[in-house]
Amino acid sequence: MAPVQPVLDTSPKVSDEIRKTTCYMCACRCGINVHMKDGKVAYIEGNRDHPVNRGVLCAKGSAGIMQVNAPSRLRMPLKRVGPRGSGEFEEITWDEALDLAASWLEPVRRDNPEKLAFFTGRDQSQSFTSFWAQGFGTPNYAAHGGFCSVNMAAAGIYTMGGAFWEFGQPDWERTKLFMLFGVAEDHDSNPIKMGLGRLKERGAKVIGVNPIRTGYNAVADEWVGITPGTDGLFILSLVHCLLKAGKIDLHYLAQYTNAPALIDPDTGLLVRDNDGKILVADRAQDGKLTPFDQRGVQPDLSRPDSVMAKIAERYLSDDYAPEAVADRTGIPADRIRKIAAELARTAFDEAIELDQPWTDFRGERHKKMTGRPVSFHSMRGISAHANGFQTCRALHVLQILLGSVEVPGGFRFKPPYPKPPEAHPKPHCKVTPDSPLDGPHLGFVHGPEDLALKPDGTPARIDKAFTWENPMSAHGLMHMVISNAHAGDPYKIDTLFLYMANMSWNSSMNTGGVMEMLTDTDDNGDYVIPHIIYSDAYSSEMVAYADLILPDTTYLERHDCISLLDRPICEAEAAADAIRWPVIEPDRDVRGFQTVLVQLANKLKLPNFTNEDGSAKYTDYADYIVNHQRKPGIGPLAGFRGENGDQSGRGDVNQQQIQKYIDNGGFWVNHIPEEAQFYKPWNTAYQDWAVGMGIYDSPQPYLFNLYVEPMRKFQRAAEGHGDRQPPDHLRAQIIEKLDPLPIWWDPADDNKGDDYPVTALTQRPMAMYHSWGTQNAWLRQIHGMNPLYVPTKIWEENGFAEGDWARVMSPHGEITVPVAHMAALNENTVWTWNAIGKRKGAWALDEKAPEATKGFLLNHLIHELLPAKGDGLRWANSDPVTGQAAWFDLKVRIEKSWAPVEAQPAFPSLSSPVPKGTKTIFDGD
Amino acid sequence: MTQLPASTARKMGLVIDLDTCVGCHACVISCKGWNTENYGAPLSDQDPYGADPKGTFLNRIHSYEITPDEGTAQLAHFPKSCLHCEDAPCVTVCPTGASYKRVEDGIVLVNESSCIGCGLCAWACPYGAREMDAAEGVMKKCTLCVDRIYNENLPEEDRVPSCVRTCPAGARHFGDLGDENSEVSQLVAERGGFDLMPEQGTKPVNKYLPPRPKQDHTPKGDIDLLAPLLAPVSEEPKGFLGWLDKALDALPGAEKNN
Repeated sequence: MAPVQPVLDTSPKVSDEIRKTTCYMCACRCGINVHMKDGKVAYIEGNRDHPVNRGVLCAKGSAGIMQVNAPSRLRMPLKRVGPRGSGEFEEITWDEALDLAASWLEPVRRDNPEKLAFFTGRDQSQSFTSFWAQGFGTPNYAAHGGFCSVNMAAAGIYTMGGAFWEFGQPDWERTKLFMLFGVAEDHDSNPIKMGLGRLKERGAKVIGVNPIRTGYNAVADEWVGITPGTDGLFILSLVHCLLKAGKIDLHYLAQYTNAPALIDPDTGLLVRDNDGKILVADRAQDGKLTPFDQRGVQPDLSRPDSVMAKIAERYLSDDYAPEAVADRTGIPADRIRKIAAELARTAFDEAIELDQPWTDFRGERHKKMTGRPVSFHSMRGISAHANGFQTCRALHVLQILLGSVEVPGGFRFKPPYPKPPEAHPKPHCKVTPDSPLDGPHLGFVHGPEDLALKPDGTPARIDKAFTWENPMSAHGLMHMVISNAHAGDPYKIDTLFLYMANMSWNSSMNTGGVMEMLTDTDDNGDYVIPHIIYSDAYSSEMVAYADLILPDTTYLERHDCISLLDRPICEAEAAADAIRWPVIEPDRDVRGFQTVLVQLANKLKLPNFTNEDGSAKYTDYADYIVNHQRKPGIGPLAGFRGENGDQSGRGDVNQQQIQKYIDNGGFWVNHIPEEAQFYKPWNTAYQDWAVGMGIYDSPQPYLFNLYVEPMRKFQRAAEGHGDRQPPDHLRAQIIEKLDPLPIWWDPADDNKGDDYPVTALTQRPMAMYHSWGTQNAWLRQIHGMNPLYVPTKIWEENGFAEGDWARVMSPHGEITVPVAHMAALNENTVWTWNAIGKRKGAWALDEKAPEATKGFLLNHLIHELLPAKGDGLRWANSDPVTGQAAWFDLKVRIEKSWAPVEAQPAFPSLSSPVPKGTKTIFDGD
Repeated sequence: MTQLPASTARKMGLVIDLDTCVGCHACVISCKGWNTENYGAPLSDQDPYGADPKGTFLNRIHSYEITPDEGTAQLAHFPKSCLHCEDAPCVTVCPTGASYKRVEDGIVLVNESSCIGCGLCAWACPYGAREMDAAEGVMKKCTLCVDRIYNENLPEEDRVPSCVRTCPAGARHFGDLGDENSEVSQLVAERGGFDLMPEQGTKPVNKYLPPRPKQDHTPKGDIDLLAPLLAPVSEEPKGFLGWLDKALDALPGAEKNN
């Protein structure tokens, strides 16, 4: 047949209209173009102008249409009618729902606001939700950082005034060697992929350090298949090699860090002048003790009482020699040396210089900007261990010794970072009935005086954040709320109010135990946790465990602000923030959760939401976004301020602000001047720009903390100094674990590593975000199953074959699950994809969905407490510094099993509050 | 049976960089989204919330583990869609002329109004790059976004296939592989781009760029070369402080008033 080409229309109309907003398919917050046809969402692509993703978009982002159409979307407020955990509800009106919520919350607020525990999960509006909780007066507020990556954030901020992810990024355009440690692949989804692509294009080298070689580690030029939990030891061995060879940046250490600070031999505290300024020995003045910030000071690093000397003494020890750590880390000594040598060569022999003069905070003018082109990134993989805080600290110390933070080619902060730890709020916990809390809930403690303790020394917060068990718990401990509330320890609560956190399933340790706690009754037959309110957009497992459901909208149906007051979307070169706006209206009777909080606040007449005449300040969240001022001229959105919308950072309220954002593509960007692009913590031009932008009220230059003095203050208390004293059983732990210089210890010992020699991990697939992806018809066709991946050694030892199942046992529990072989894996590690396993009846899935029959959670193997040690005490399965949940310390044993009908443990089906999905999807509807 | 054109004016196609592809599936879903709304019948999904969800995709990613005889196992991500072959067996096998290769750009398309859904083309394709849409009963395949690349309703920079526009790592490149001076041809030349299964004689237009060699193992010589970088300044901590003292003196601008 001769070719007869049909005539094609190669210029069809693409859509009726593009509406630009911000993605919420994960926490990355990319700009999206939502193409509309006939008033419906037709197609979603990345926004080319957006600073985060510059046009690209991941699988999740492009699949947003299936989230907006998902059958799992809740449709009406729900009131529980069956027993808790059954999933049996009746639909009620919003008036009824708000009345019911207020009927529980009003007496709590009047009599004892601490009896409300309000925790908001993967919330992107924490500056707002915390403001609400502050107005309510409860000390019990936090989001999900405690079970996610608080170690990464807190170690970064205490050490260098900023951390990875939304706080900073590698200098992708200049770095020559990039090391990536254990990363959850949604952190920071598209920017990391874009950055890796750019490094590949430029021929820069990528080293991936991860027990599992998937994703980013699969494309890394060099893979280090480290033994889980030993990253800190590996890093400190690199530090050992670099120190020994003198491959450290002495100018940088002397000028910009507390390496030259002097340690008082009696107290271990840093020597300061009467104004509290750190003193250094000035080589320009014959060693005279001089405040660190004086012009012309040449701080001496070589005094035996300096922080630098203490660092040398500790890490030059043979304990950190490559030979000494090779077995434990699983990395041959030669390999450690080679990586250290490559770091040294790249940082020093391949240093770069930018012809960009700048002035430092001491008033010195520099002709050039020197750069050390090595950079690092890390996330949950190293932080979700009991030794995670110290491991993250070790990584930052390595970066700083190389002089590679805030320099060309290194790691760069994103506004509002850098920010000295002292510039953050401290935690507040003073409860007064019928009144607001005395200040922000979360913050950074600088000594025992800042702990959240009641006058009798007991924990002020239900999650025991900021207590002696975990003094520096900057993000709170959401994962401890349910077990503490159930135990009435430190006290009983009345209402548990949760948002967007699947606590009866994949977001809790000891999932089965948590379900029992949520449904447990007292002697009177009343629930031990009397009231549970939950807000979610979807029919998640947690819905069944609440008494009242406040159905949220999807992300395309709501207002939001991605605020500089919160977790912004800035880039190293620019400040930026963004909005979401309703590009479609809900077709169900649902409301944006933040608007519901405004409505509840108005009903409860919370003082910070109420004018003096008793009228409401805000009608809904959009009204709050525009009209709220945290300080005069500073509001949730920094762009288009002032009457004419022409002011940035500071400025009066602009009633047209949201429209201005919409007209600008949903975001706002303000570029940092060239002279202010690097050396930001010490760069006068940056500091002045930041003050103008409202990020600081005055310039805040500071030194990086190789030695974290607040940790020493907790140690001193544990040694018996001061009025605020820890309980005796915690003294040894505090002295050992709150070392002001990074340490490493093996968490396997506390997890019965001798009997359970294999580490079990989870990873989040790039195409899924926690439990959300499975309801998405397109994404679940990519990841509908999660076998346990088993390395060759364990595979062969057990005689596994394809299709086999295994019993996996931990000190806490047992699961029976399908296995699959994977060779590119640390030989003592097994792993699976996170949160693919689903409970029957949830997420509008069929009960025979593979997620519900073969899918599983490792959570059943993990307890919030460590196995008993025989000392009569039970210790938390968390980092003793921050309280971060130590998910990745899980140790297991594995053996072949008969194939069960479905993965074990299996739970009864939940009644679904929404109808099941359709049998065929034709065109995205 | 359907004839192929003797030659095409251009050979438009994709160059996919296996050294950079992280296997994120962004291209898979972007493709699904665009092509559900555009050329031909939508890409349907059967049992989307059930036990065995199956939908039509024009582009899928396969992951392969490679365990070399010596050295560490590796994982390669391999995106696969129609390769727009010059000698496309899916075209010549088509009984109705529905499958054809365009003379102007070499894109292989299915004219859905002539497609009888017999499936011969999918059987003939050695790459498994065609999928029958179960709802519509027509054969679906990559169109190279023929409705994007010339589309005057799109900004010029967006006139690339949807998968290329969305790829976060920049692992997908689009251009004329018949023009040796094009950026894609030069990439293929520089990086040793290769044909998938050349022994099939299909002359695919799409090319793959191979993963660069990994550096997981360090040849002995490398350690020796790097060793001077780590030559110790001193064996003792106290000696280290002495070295520091001297090194600080040697810093540019250091002055000591003694």
